Amino acid sequence: MKNVMSNKWVITLYVLPALLLILILIYIPIVLTGYYGLMDWDGIGAKTFIGLDNYIELMKDKMFWTSTYHSVLLAVFSAISLVAYLVISLILASKIKGAGLLRKIYLIPMLLSSVAIAQLWLKIFDPTNGMLNKLLEMFGVENTPIWLADPNLVLYSIFIPIVWQYAGFYIIIYYAALKGVPDEIIEAAKIDGATPLQIAYKIKLPLIAPVIKVTIVLAIVGSLKYFDLIYVMTGGGPNGASEVMASYMYKEAFKTYNFGYGSAIGFALLIICLVMTWVIQKLTASKEDAQY
Amino acid sequence: MSEVVVQKNNKTNLSTSPKTRGSIGSKIGYGILYLVLGIIAIFQIYPLIWLFFFSLKTNQEVFGLSPFALPKDPQWGNYVKVWTQGNISQYFFNSVWITIVAVVLTVFLASFVTFAITRMHWKLSKLVLGLFMVGIMIPLHSTLIPLFSFFNQLQLIDNPISIILSYTAFNLPLTIMILLGFYQALPRELEEAAVMDGCSIHRIFFQITLPMTTPVMATVVIINMIYNWNEFVFVNTFISSDKWKTLTVGVNNFVGQYLTDWGAIGATLMISIIPILIAFIILSNKIVEGLAAGSVKG
Repeated sequence: MKNVMSNKWVITLYVLPALLLILILIYIPIVLTGYYGLMDWDGIGAKTFIGLDNYIELMKDKMFWTSTYHSVLLAVFSAISLVAYLVISLILASKIKGAGLLRKIYLIPMLLSSVAIAQLWLKIFDPTNGMLNKLLEMFGVENTPIWLADPNLVLYSIFIPIVWQYAGFYIIIYYAALKGVPDEIIEAAKIDGATPLQIAYKIKLPLIAPVIKVTIVLAIVGSLKYFDLIYVMTGGGPNGASEVMASYMYKEAFKTYNFGYGSAIGFALLIICLVMTWVIQKLTASKEDAQY
Repeated sequence: MSEVVVQKNNKTNLSTSPKTRGSIGSKIGYGILYLVLGIIAIFQIYPLIWLFFFSLKTNQEVFGLSPFALPKDPQWGNYVKVWTQGNISQYFFNSVWITIVAVVLTVFLASFVTFAITRMHWKLSKLVLGLFMVGIMIPLHSTLIPLFSFFNQLQLIDNPISIILSYTAFNLPLTIMILLGFYQALPRELEEAAVMDGCSIHRIFFQITLPMTTPVMATVVIINMIYNWNEFVFVNTFISSDKWKTLTVGVNNFVGQYLTDWGAIGATLMISIIPILIAFIILSNKIVEGLAAGSVKG
């Protein structure tokens, strides 16, 4: 038994191809990103070692901090909206009629590409012919906003299609988790006279806490690396008002061919994502410990 | 007896306390509940219906009439126009075959790894599993410049191999994570009996284990399909010629050219999302399960 199942050649044969792929295409590149960040490099010519210059410049770069602030803002919005998704899931999972159909409808936008979503919402936000402003005009609103061209509105405007895209995803995750809560526990609580609100708050939520933790990480880290939709809808504009970390990195690297500086931004993005993941896990872990 | 009644009532009644059961108050609560859920459903679905409508309209209709108006004289010609002019059909077929190749590669490689980790005995299995799991958290953009430079040196820029390998590498962690939960729950008696009978390891994997994982395979195939079909950054960065572009990047460029022809833009977008919508109509239960599994198992 042991012999067949610990054959080194077979293990190597089964594991190595996939392992090589992630080592070469994920792990070596993240190390190289940090290293390229030490270079002055246009992507084609020779690399010149300039020490920490790129990273020092990054710390002084207003645009970098603005884009980081926008990314963090999106992460905070996303984390807060999880509460709404959770409430909707609690309602759907309480055996109401039509829950199956509703969660399927909610999910549909999640299946579309961010590019299609971005192009669709560009049309919805269109200042003169878009659905949104036409709707506002029908309700008698004059001076309808120019959503994506207004620096004060653009980030909030973009957040709407982000919610549209991801709401269904989080709802079905919570729904699936809530369905996994054993019926006996709920029934026992009901017999003891617990109200539905008490059951939701004191029984269901603590039981699905691990899933909530995962979704917090997904929402925050996912927002920090958000790119496709913003890149297509505004390209970070107007005037950097919707620039996020990933779009700034992409612009520096592939628009202005500042590969060294772009790498430094990419490395900063990686560090921020990993630190955030670690922080969230620490925070949520201590909370759970305190409960017991 | 009364307990049973309370239970039954509570099952269907979240917004009200047991005291008000059956009262007018609970009916109103119920109504508000469905109203809210309905409004959310409309918010989620109406933009797509609006898209379908304007893909069949002329510019005059889009600009002049209400956004809720049905297309007067459906302009199916918009679809014919965008499919025949430009390269949309080319992008479409690129998306199809690149998605299929990457999905097959990812699911097979991930199954091999998961089998080795859950069934075979070796020292480094924890470490290797850890590498795959941490991979989920790594932002793609932090690897983009080195990947571009790496593929450039291998002359693989503007070659579909670069995107197929990238899709596979970046989807392996999640795929393995989903497979892992299933493999761990799978009974091992059959495999153990096969080992006793002197069956070779490859036969055990291909003829016993793999067929037992069909349900979870369906799940990971669907998730990988959606992700690959919709991928944008790798194609946008690594591919420059129309010959190899996929639908996401192609559509994005194409729509840019048709700045003012709303019907053509709508038809292009519809073409890019129809395959996913059809897949969803046929496989919606599997997709819902799959996406839920993707994160819950972690």
